[in-house]
Amino acid sequence: MREATTRRALWQERIMLLLLTVCALVSVATTLAIVVALTVEAIGFFRVVPIWRFLTEREWTPLFATKKFGILPLVCGTMLTAGIAMFLAVPLALLIATYLAEYASKRRRQRLKPLVELLAGIPSVLYGYFALLFVTPLLQKFLPSLPTFNALSPGIVLGFMVLPTIASLSEDAIYAVPRSIREASLALGATKLQTTVHAVLPAASSGIIAACLLGFARAIGETMLVTIAAGLMPNLTLNPLEPVETMTAYIVQVALGDIPRGTLEYRTIFTVGLALFVIVLVFNLMGLFLRERFLRTLRRM
Amino acid sequence: MTTTIAAKRRREKLLEGLFLATAWLALALVIALLVAILADVVADGWARLSWKFLTGFPSRRPEEAGILPAWVGTLYVMALTAFIALPIGVGAAVYLEEFAPRNWFARLVELNINNLAGVPAIIYGLLGLQVFVRWCRMGESVLAGACTLALMSLPVIIVASREALRAVPNSIREAALALGATKWQTVRDHVLPLALPGILTGTILALSRAIGEAAPLITIGALTFVAFVPKSPFDPFTVLPIQAYNWVSRPQPEFHQNAAAALLVLLALLSLMNGIATYLRNRYQQQWQI
Repeated sequence: MREATTRRALWQERIMLLLLTVCALVSVATTLAIVVALTVEAIGFFRVVPIWRFLTEREWTPLFATKKFGILPLVCGTMLTAGIAMFLAVPLALLIATYLAEYASKRRRQRLKPLVELLAGIPSVLYGYFALLFVTPLLQKFLPSLPTFNALSPGIVLGFMVLPTIASLSEDAIYAVPRSIREASLALGATKLQTTVHAVLPAASSGIIAACLLGFARAIGETMLVTIAAGLMPNLTLNPLEPVETMTAYIVQVALGDIPRGTLEYRTIFTVGLALFVIVLVFNLMGLFLRERFLRTLRRM
Repeated sequence: MTTTIAAKRRREKLLEGLFLATAWLALALVIALLVAILADVVADGWARLSWKFLTGFPSRRPEEAGILPAWVGTLYVMALTAFIALPIGVGAAVYLEEFAPRNWFARLVELNINNLAGVPAIIYGLLGLQVFVRWCRMGESVLAGACTLALMSLPVIIVASREALRAVPNSIREAALALGATKWQTVRDHVLPLALPGILTGTILALSRAIGEAAPLITIGALTFVAFVPKSPFDPFTVLPIQAYNWVSRPQPEFHQNAAAALLVLLALLSLMNGIATYLRNRYQQQWQI
């Protein structure tokens, strides 16, 4: 009798272990599925359009009568909006992270941190709404020639959108710097600010750079905000006052239209998606690698 | 000599004050932006909120349009997403925390999850379009949308669940194992119940993130104009953020007001979910004294 229960429990154990392993494998399968789903269509696309034309042509007009398939304008639009975002987000996030980790009292830190993280919870359509109908009209008061759709306004709002990612990860990094480093610097007669700037921040630097890379990856992948407010015009420019189209916005534009499936135009969204995936992957892996190294250094200290 | 030291000290004090002032300015900017977003959307949309708006169908005339299909679709997709993602996410977390040997496979899965958490939402949309809509022939249905969002929220759910499992002290496991329970019995009867509040908190937050995202569902082909309420998981659907996007991308200001009102409803839903998550965390958070 007892042996039977034990045997049943052992079988249960084996079956559950199998099921749980399958659950863990779903995540690996997801990555593989992403690669396969995108690559299959991209191969179909590159059979018609040679890859060098895709990478070097300076115009992107797959939906027009004369089709050009140069991804540069889309990449440029993406980098422009994400670049403006980082230009704004990195200094703000670092100031906030340094203040919260080094200066704020425990209670104040506990109150302010969720407030900053609220920014990450706002849906991106609302950010887009705000950029198009609040920030752009506001900017037009100072820059009367600014068109309704431009890279600047969504870039600024995108900065606030990725700020919590950068601030929160940097704050963790700064907070994780061991006390002994601060004490050593203070014991040498440095002020608190000197300690922060010359001892703590350098010790946290790889963690902070990791936070910025992960934030940049976020900014590159953001979709609805730039779709709504940046305009849907592929534009090879670095001028923030012009309308642009990002890689993500192009995918939405095609998905909303009625282009028949299986056509070359339709395949472009998977090809652009693959390019986006690769770019984001590079930044993410660099960020994850740096963070891993940072944590390992900390453990040794 | 003393004067130079005093001057130096004054300069340092000044610099410190300057730094603190800039940091406060940065925080003030963040708070001002939050207030501006909320004030803007309330000012534009509050007047449009009415019973008729909540129970009406979309229309070409902005003043008659409503969001019934959108919010029903949102709740439907969300429930189905939770139903799919929760068991898989918890299963993966339990495997990684409780069963996995510390080897290259566990490390690979871990790196993979961290990386998936950074993959943009729209890529999940392309994945869903290819795999669920086309290869699995689900069509542009609620089910395809839920599967897509489930894959998207899995990394977050797994990370949160692992944290909740890790917070359960080892003595609990050791006590159960010492009494002869198998590993799975230990997990099922003791570890999981204790970790459940943390797991649910993480899941609710992951869902609220997913449900506010319009991009993946637009990509799989969710409709922007739906004049019916989805009944089965195989029906076409729309969700609140897509409806709001549809309205904000039209030129007429009346439609912009509709978009603001729809976004207010979405914000109310998200706040409710965050409130539940916070309540769960505060109510059941245990301080282990072991």
